[in-house]
Amino acid sequence: MSLQSTVAAAEKKMAKPKKETSLFKKLIRNRLAAIGLAVTLFMSIIAVFAPWIATHPPNEMDVVSSLKIPGTDGHLLGTDNYGRDLFSRLVYGARISLIVGVSAVVFGAFFGTFLGLVSGYFGGKLDSIIMRTMDGLFAFPFILLAITLMTVLGQGLVNVIIAIGVANIPGFARIVRGQVLSVKEEEFIEVTRSLGATDGRILFQHVLPNCLAPLIVYGTMSIAGAIISEAALSFLGLGVQPPTASWGSILKDGKDFLVLSPHMATFSGLAILITVLGINLFGDGLRDALDPKMKI
Amino acid sequence: MSDLLLKVEDLEVHFRSSSSIVKAVNGVSFTLNKKETLGIVGESGSGKSVTATALLRLIPNPPGNITGGMMLFEGTDLLSLSDKDMRSVRGNEISMIFQDPMTSLNPVFKVGDQIMESIRAHRKVSKKEAKAAAVDMLKLVGIPEAEKRINMYPHEFSGGMRQRVMVAIALACKPKLLIADEPTTALDVTVQAQILDLMRHLQDTIDTSIIMITHDLGVVWEICDKVIVMYAGNTVESGSVKTIYENPLHPYTWGLLDSQITSEISNEEGLSAIPGSPPDLREEMPGCHFADRCPYAQEICFSAKPEMVEVEEGHSVSCHFQTKNTRLQRKERVYHG
Amino acid sequence: MGTYIIRRTFDLLPTIFVVAVIVFIITRLIPGDPAAVMLGPQASVEDIEALRENLGLNDPLYIQFLQYMGNLATGDFGTSLTYNQPIVNLIMDRFPNTLILAVSALIIAFMVGVPAGIISASKQNSLLDYSVMLVSLIGVSMPIFWLGVMLVLYFSVNLGWFPATGMGTLDDGLIPFIKHLILPSITLATIPMATFARITRSSMLEVISQDYIKTARSKGLNEFWVICKHAFKNALTPLLTVLGMQISMMLGGAVLTETIFSWPGMGRLIVDAIDKRDFVVVQGTVLFIAVIFVVVNLLVDIMYKVVNPRVNYTTSKGGTK
Repeated sequence: MSLQSTVAAAEKKMAKPKKETSLFKKLIRNRLAAIGLAVTLFMSIIAVFAPWIATHPPNEMDVVSSLKIPGTDGHLLGTDNYGRDLFSRLVYGARISLIVGVSAVVFGAFFGTFLGLVSGYFGGKLDSIIMRTMDGLFAFPFILLAITLMTVLGQGLVNVIIAIGVANIPGFARIVRGQVLSVKEEEFIEVTRSLGATDGRILFQHVLPNCLAPLIVYGTMSIAGAIISEAALSFLGLGVQPPTASWGSILKDGKDFLVLSPHMATFSGLAILITVLGINLFGDGLRDALDPKMKI
Repeated sequence: MSDLLLKVEDLEVHFRSSSSIVKAVNGVSFTLNKKETLGIVGESGSGKSVTATALLRLIPNPPGNITGGMMLFEGTDLLSLSDKDMRSVRGNEISMIFQDPMTSLNPVFKVGDQIMESIRAHRKVSKKEAKAAAVDMLKLVGIPEAEKRINMYPHEFSGGMRQRVMVAIALACKPKLLIADEPTTALDVTVQAQILDLMRHLQDTIDTSIIMITHDLGVVWEICDKVIVMYAGNTVESGSVKTIYENPLHPYTWGLLDSQITSEISNEEGLSAIPGSPPDLREEMPGCHFADRCPYAQEICFSAKPEMVEVEEGHSVSCHFQTKNTRLQRKERVYHG
Repeated sequence: MGTYIIRRTFDLLPTIFVVAVIVFIITRLIPGDPAAVMLGPQASVEDIEALRENLGLNDPLYIQFLQYMGNLATGDFGTSLTYNQPIVNLIMDRFPNTLILAVSALIIAFMVGVPAGIISASKQNSLLDYSVMLVSLIGVSMPIFWLGVMLVLYFSVNLGWFPATGMGTLDDGLIPFIKHLILPSITLATIPMATFARITRSSMLEVISQDYIKTARSKGLNEFWVICKHAFKNALTPLLTVLGMQISMMLGGAVLTETIFSWPGMGRLIVDAIDKRDFVVVQGTVLFIAVIFVVVNLLVDIMYKVVNPRVNYTTSKGGTK
């Protein structure tokens, strides 16, 4: 650092007093992101090792001991209305949430990125057709689009992934297109083209890598959104088929037994909130680390 | 002296960062009489802008803080005023214009409203009267079709016109002191001259004193009566423009004068004539702050801080070798030819 | 300004057309015979055939499409078999209820979220700032359908302060009306509130460091005025940008909120229609909501202009972005 910069830095501070981040604040930031990552990893581990972590088979009914409060008869978080162990169902629910969250986002990211790349790179009529369609899809509230698709597709894990995945496409397409438009103007693209590179090569070797940072951040945040959406669909009875344990469907049952055993609704919702919060914290930290000015 | 308007003594401004303290202004003193124009010159980072901002007590805190000194404005120490009393000084008794007219006007309000706001903050006048006053101000700063222009937004004005608007805002309450922080730096050369002309003209019209912050000695020669030269948070030389022009004493001032020639030739800002860069103000320095870059520096310059010494009537300098007894001789160069 | 509004309105037509096409495609994607699905397993072959004829399902696809678009153009969204009513009537019955809910949620979100963001920005890095940021991060991560259930659990079941379900009419008096409104609107307000707080904070931070804020201070204005007038009006633009998205999210959130609180709005209409397998109602309502969203975005674009005089009338491209 040049010596001259010291006072200059002081004056800059005057002009932009809030821009300078103190070490303390950065630490807090990083710590929050670290907590977010820890929560996300923790939930992933639970999902992967569900059979070893769960204390009971998730779908084993025991009508005699239904709606038990947490702590009775080895049921850590009590039982649901069919006497199924709530803790074990929540553990298996993490699987559904994370599978849907990740798969739906991968689905949306794959098609969205493709459309965005093509649309932004080639421009013209193709661009307007694609983006008009994306605008049209964007006009539907996210969850409503997923609901409508589910009514058409019918219940089931794969259909949930498709429905939420499709709803995710326009967001990715728009982000990638924006990136492509700004990258396209860069000089090195022109140089590459003049050296005889094909469109495909330019797209995948030069344009796409420049879209990665926003894609990663947006993708991370979208996983959080997809998990909430899956829970919402299941809550409305449009998600995975019963008796498969999903946090949303547990919450749906819990709502019906709210007065008798509030623990069902409470714990299932907490599981959703903690997971989503963790992913969002991590996503925030990721954005700040990659590019604080990113508009996502 | 009844003519005295402002007396600043040993002003200190420090900025705290997480690990250190930057002493941006470190004991600056000067006086300013009514209707006088004082130039504060120095390269960027010398603390001149911080000094100006400190006069209005607009140093953002945190991280900045005025840690010492006095600022007697018409006999009252500005540092002793309550926040409320200080606000009634700002824009009313003392106002300020900034370097970049493109960013110093609020883009979402009409220029007329921005002038009126200044008036209505300090005078109990009706909206109509304020508007009339604003139109008068715009006319005064030489904006044609003022009645129409008053309803326009800043983005509909050119840079020079915007700086005129800033002058109008600053002078709307007929302040006793106008602080101009590099008011012409961001403007085209021809527009620079117009703005300086305007300021000189208005100074006579409304009898205001001016503090002109600049790195451009040309501006100083043109409109200032007195000048202080700042380096690394300290005053290194002060005196009337005439004495400094004819008899500069501090080696840093020499460098500034040299660089003025250089910059006129190469049309570059900065001090290409003085090798090196200003010291790190986070570090405690026992000696002269300029010693590192001074071609004449001796051992004493690194170990002891030179006092500000009055070498002739109204001309002070802080250099171990520029007292009445010990005089540095400098190679004659052609400046003024 | 006038021509701008007219031009932007015409800009909407292609988007609305695309929206209608998407709904049409989704309708035709239903696997199997929609008529059979709608009538359920007990239906006779004659009934199904009659319904197919009735719905125009026996015509070629392009005829169906033209028919459908023609109907839409005349404001005909179709007729519900389960309700035995034109869809337009069903929507018009429930739309005001959703509007009441959404508007009160938006007001709550704005009144709480924006000041929280402003205070947070002007006290950056204070404990208060961190608290606001943490709470708002929890807010944007909130599964609102869970929050709604929890609010019912504490404030209705345990404390008995507010009714758990239903909507009061103004005929019953203002107090019951508001009592019914409070929990659902808080539920629906949570995410926009948190989003407003976050966006307000970050754009205020950006604005506060601008030169013109220093100018405003140097005029001798008090800090409250500087922040709330000079800074906030400049910070509004990003807020407006998210407003459109937030309204869209709220229309989606209304489906969940109305389900939890048995609020007789459009969201509940959709969920009921799904239960009854009345797809015509689902599609009509979804289409209606999408059109509303497009129109709301037009209004947001126009507000942009009012707030931000720098936006160029001739070259700005809004779309429904």
